[in-house]
Amino acid sequence: MAEGAGKQRNALLPGIVGIAVVTVYLILFLSVESQLGVALLLAGGAAVVLLAAKFGGIAGMRQSFAAQERGMNGVALLSVVVIAGFFYEDHFTLLMITVVLIFMVASLGLTVQFGFAGVLNFAGAAFMGIGCYTAAVLTKNTALPHVFVILAGGLMAALIGALLLYPVLRTRGHYSAVITIAFALLFKTFLEVNDALGGPQGLRVDGMNVFGWELNDNIALGDDFEISFYFSYVIAGLVLLALAFAFVRRLERSWIGLNMDAVRLDETATACFGYNISRWKITAFTIGNFLVGMVGALYAMMLGFIAPTNFTFGDSLILVSIVLLGGIGNPWGIAVATTIVVILPEKLQIIQEYRFLLYAVMVILVLLYRPLGLLPRPLRSYFPGWVPK
Amino acid sequence: MTGAPEALLAARGLGKHFGGLVALEDLHLEVRENEILGLIGPNGSGKTTFFNVITGIYAADAGTVLFGGREITNLSAQGVYRAGIARTFQRSRLSLSLSIFDNIMVGNHKRLNQGLWFNLVQRGAFRRELEENYAMARELVTVFDAPLADRMFEAVGGFAMIDRRRIEICRALVSRPKVLLLDEPSAGMTHDETKQLMDDIMQVKESFEDLTIVIIEHEMGVIERITNRCVVLNFGRKICEGTYQEVAADPMVQEAYLGLE
Repeated sequence: MAEGAGKQRNALLPGIVGIAVVTVYLILFLSVESQLGVALLLAGGAAVVLLAAKFGGIAGMRQSFAAQERGMNGVALLSVVVIAGFFYEDHFTLLMITVVLIFMVASLGLTVQFGFAGVLNFAGAAFMGIGCYTAAVLTKNTALPHVFVILAGGLMAALIGALLLYPVLRTRGHYSAVITIAFALLFKTFLEVNDALGGPQGLRVDGMNVFGWELNDNIALGDDFEISFYFSYVIAGLVLLALAFAFVRRLERSWIGLNMDAVRLDETATACFGYNISRWKITAFTIGNFLVGMVGALYAMMLGFIAPTNFTFGDSLILVSIVLLGGIGNPWGIAVATTIVVILPEKLQIIQEYRFLLYAVMVILVLLYRPLGLLPRPLRSYFPGWVPK
Repeated sequence: MTGAPEALLAARGLGKHFGGLVALEDLHLEVRENEILGLIGPNGSGKTTFFNVITGIYAADAGTVLFGGREITNLSAQGVYRAGIARTFQRSRLSLSLSIFDNIMVGNHKRLNQGLWFNLVQRGAFRRELEENYAMARELVTVFDAPLADRMFEAVGGFAMIDRRRIEICRALVSRPKVLLLDEPSAGMTHDETKQLMDDIMQVKESFEDLTIVIIEHEMGVIERITNRCVVLNFGRKICEGTYQEVAADPMVQEAYLGLE
């Protein structure tokens, strides 16, 4: 027994070291100001990743996660708290971290749709916008507790997504993708001309309040120690992310995840095995939109102000490129890709205006040289570490 | 052509055309319970179309299909599977990026609990169902090839063609269908592999009670060895029926199929 515990600890070691290295690296990367420093860190980071891949570091991390998934997930969450804690008074950096977390949740939604069931959704930002506007309207006009506002954002996105179900189910592949593109454009135009929703000027949104805790107030500890209020949003984002992550993982590790994969991979064959193909596409589409809309509500409460320009087709493309980049269907790939896609342009100010160019180049390179993404999805294991006899 | 009582699956005057192309015409065909029926005929004679019409992939333009006395002509693919007919495909249609176990479970769809609550929340119950099904799938694969049963969680894409065929047949068998439709299982395999696979199929037939098999095959050696009866199609019609010896001796068949003048 003691030997077994020792073995487990050894298996955990590469994972913990890996996460510690990533944590330190991200803290450095977020602190550095000079463009030269950013460039050097990027080069150094790439070199370390390549070396780690070559000498089994990445494989070791994978093994740690396989051996002790729960523990490793906890360590990863802790790492985010540590990074956020390091920047406890830096509004801008904390905002950026929250945006990363929020985009991770939204990309998890798209992963269920596209990565699992093969339903392409080019209207991710629009569904996020539905969550945002739901939050704006509800916080303004009702006294609904904000935890329910977040749920309502998800429900509204799922509900409006249902309008798209019929055309999406009646078409296949590229054609259903085109329908979601049309919806994304339509949604933005609708917001711009709708005066009740603020038109092009947008709407103000109240800050989040969870059971009396105002997330928009800085946290004062003692007389001269104050934590930025964005830290609270990091925690809120982290809670949503942990829930969404656990949910998507569990979905994947069930017959439902298998059904979605089967439907994506071969509709004709699955029909011959009794699959109701529409049922699984609807399930995936609805769950995905729910996740995206839910996190949209949090996003709106954090931003405090939303306008149609927050939800352009370009933003939807960013979500899709995160899914492609990270590794289609792999939640951990999402985590890596979102971090890169959100933080890189903020730090590398030279490319700010060219960030879409950067995304395009990254996606093309990945599709050419690593078509399964940076972290390809591993085979399904129904329970962490499950080895049947 | 009247239906003898022992016909498990029967086509009556079945017709299917694609535009001007007649794929099946006035086809009368009966599959008897517990037999292995060979379905042969030249390329384009309508064999695979017959499978596709039976399994609900194509809708029939004329005629009826009876299964166990019940009409299944207009059932969807889902309905046909639920009624107890499973198939394999001429070109392997496994999901290559999924494991052997996952692929076999796709075939077991109707017997798995698909409830959201069960799958996401009742993980203890889910685990029991998973383990029962794993044991069953493993046993099934062992009938074919014991070493394969130790590799249940490897991606199917890494296996040789013969193993993929075995997995595909397991996927069709796992739901315990009454009728198994095999669409040219030897396609793309060497002579030795074909022989092995046919041994497997014979073994499966022995270990499953009440399993009826319809097999499309081009290799006459296979047909001669494993079938009880054969039906020969040409231009979407049945031109002959009987044991392999009877069929092979038929001048119409020789002309149409064996290419003899």
